[in-house]
Amino acid sequence: MIKLGAVYLLAGFVFGAFAVLSALDRNNPKRLGNAAFWGLVATSFLAGDDLRDLGNGVLVLGLALIAGFGLLGRGQPATTSAEQRRALSDRFGEKLFVPALALPVVVAFGVLVLKPLTFAGEPLLDPKQATLLSLALAAVAGVALALVLLRQPLISPLQEGRRLMDTVGWAALLPQVLAALGAVFALAGVGKVIGDLVTAYIPMDTRLAAVAVYCLGMAGFTVIMGNAFAAFPVLTAGVGLPILIQRFGGDPAVVCAIGMLSGFCGTLMTPLAANFNLVPPALLELKDRYAVIKAQIPTALPLLVANIGLMYAFAFR
Amino acid sequence: MLTLLGVAVVVLGFAARFNPLLVVVAAALVTGLTGGLSPIEVLAALGKAFNENRYVSAALLVLPLVGVLERAGLQERARTLITRFRGVSVGPFLIGYLAFRQITSALGLTSIAGQAQSIRPLVAPMAEGAVESRSGTLSDETREAVRAQAAATDNIGLFFGEDIFIAIGSILLMVGFLAANGVALDPIQLSIWAIPTALVAFVIHGFRLWRFDRRLRAEAQA
Repeated sequence: MIKLGAVYLLAGFVFGAFAVLSALDRNNPKRLGNAAFWGLVATSFLAGDDLRDLGNGVLVLGLALIAGFGLLGRGQPATTSAEQRRALSDRFGEKLFVPALALPVVVAFGVLVLKPLTFAGEPLLDPKQATLLSLALAAVAGVALALVLLRQPLISPLQEGRRLMDTVGWAALLPQVLAALGAVFALAGVGKVIGDLVTAYIPMDTRLAAVAVYCLGMAGFTVIMGNAFAAFPVLTAGVGLPILIQRFGGDPAVVCAIGMLSGFCGTLMTPLAANFNLVPPALLELKDRYAVIKAQIPTALPLLVANIGLMYAFAFR
Repeated sequence: MLTLLGVAVVVLGFAARFNPLLVVVAAALVTGLTGGLSPIEVLAALGKAFNENRYVSAALLVLPLVGVLERAGLQERARTLITRFRGVSVGPFLIGYLAFRQITSALGLTSIAGQAQSIRPLVAPMAEGAVESRSGTLSDETREAVRAQAAATDNIGLFFGEDIFIAIGSILLMVGFLAANGVALDPIQLSIWAIPTALVAFVIHGFRLWRFDRRLRAEAQA
């Protein structure tokens, strides 16, 4: 069975290559900072399970200090100029889309065809991680196709990958570090404290008030925690189950499904959901770090109101 | 109540625009210390969770492919392709992408598109191209607005599509949580009740994209 370890091994080597190429990049005055940062990420992927918890903690601290003290620069790997790209795009034409579209096709193939396959009684792909395994497989297949079809230099995937990685910079690691913070919050019982505050001080005598508290609570709590999955158990144990479902007789499927989606409205509005809201502005080289969140809020707020209406209308039929 | 100090550190740190990685580590330390852990214990807890969440960063593996294709001119090609369809305006284009993302996510194909593999190399350049073919060269401000809207559309399509698929993480979390509290539910019931919100999300965001398009056209004529 192919497990996540294979993806980590690949990621470790790719980040290791980024680190080495960064160290050799004389055009980047902060090249050692970049080398250290990507080197730590490579270490985490290759040896994270062998480091103890404290070792991994020190590694996180190292990443934060390198980023926090501005030691991370932007590498300048040799790449094609704007004119060259225009000429290349005319020369290759629609062929350019083949590797780009091979990625989704291979992912779909992995999820729909490879995932159900078994080999000598064992699934071929670890079923829990089939999507990520398929994505890694697709990335490798896409690179191979690009190298052959577009005759790009063999080193270019690593150099161009490093160029994009440096564009995103420390923000690339933020989602993983925030996930770790969520675990520390859970350990300290932050969720429960907030949940108790909500239930103790806000009156929920009518159905509408209870629905509104649950939906707004899911969104607000998600904004604070960065993740609707962290908000759901707290708010559902505090409001959803005892009040909406047990006291007012709401349909659990409607309450929970729409409650979770109210949480997703919160996800659209928080910088703590970094992979959705902070990494894209870095990837798209936007000046305003919060530009994507600002584009999402006018959709998230009316949708949140609509969720309250939908739950109120359908949960108590 | 002291446990909430860590949350305050996050809110203030992000608001003051300190480096978020530092803010998060500081928040973890504050939360752990007020919860009665020693600094070493907090660091170990943070490290353990960081290691367990490595899969979050593994998706960055698509960047080498995206980079090579950019080197060979993919963004330029995407831009030209859209200008060839003269009628396609940025509003309908992004509405079409929204529908595509919602439907494929509802079928469980959440990873066939995304910010790194679709928005940067394809969707954002095409959206910019669609505006350029009507309005000529874009101001920096407009370019940023178009890119941000493309990224937002991907997130909204993903979030309000994936919950219709029965084997997605959030559905499994809800089923597990309810089962532990004595409520037996079939995942399909939760999936079905994700559909109304998905439709409303499509209408609201689609309407905003239509208005965005109209505003850009009005600006181009002014």
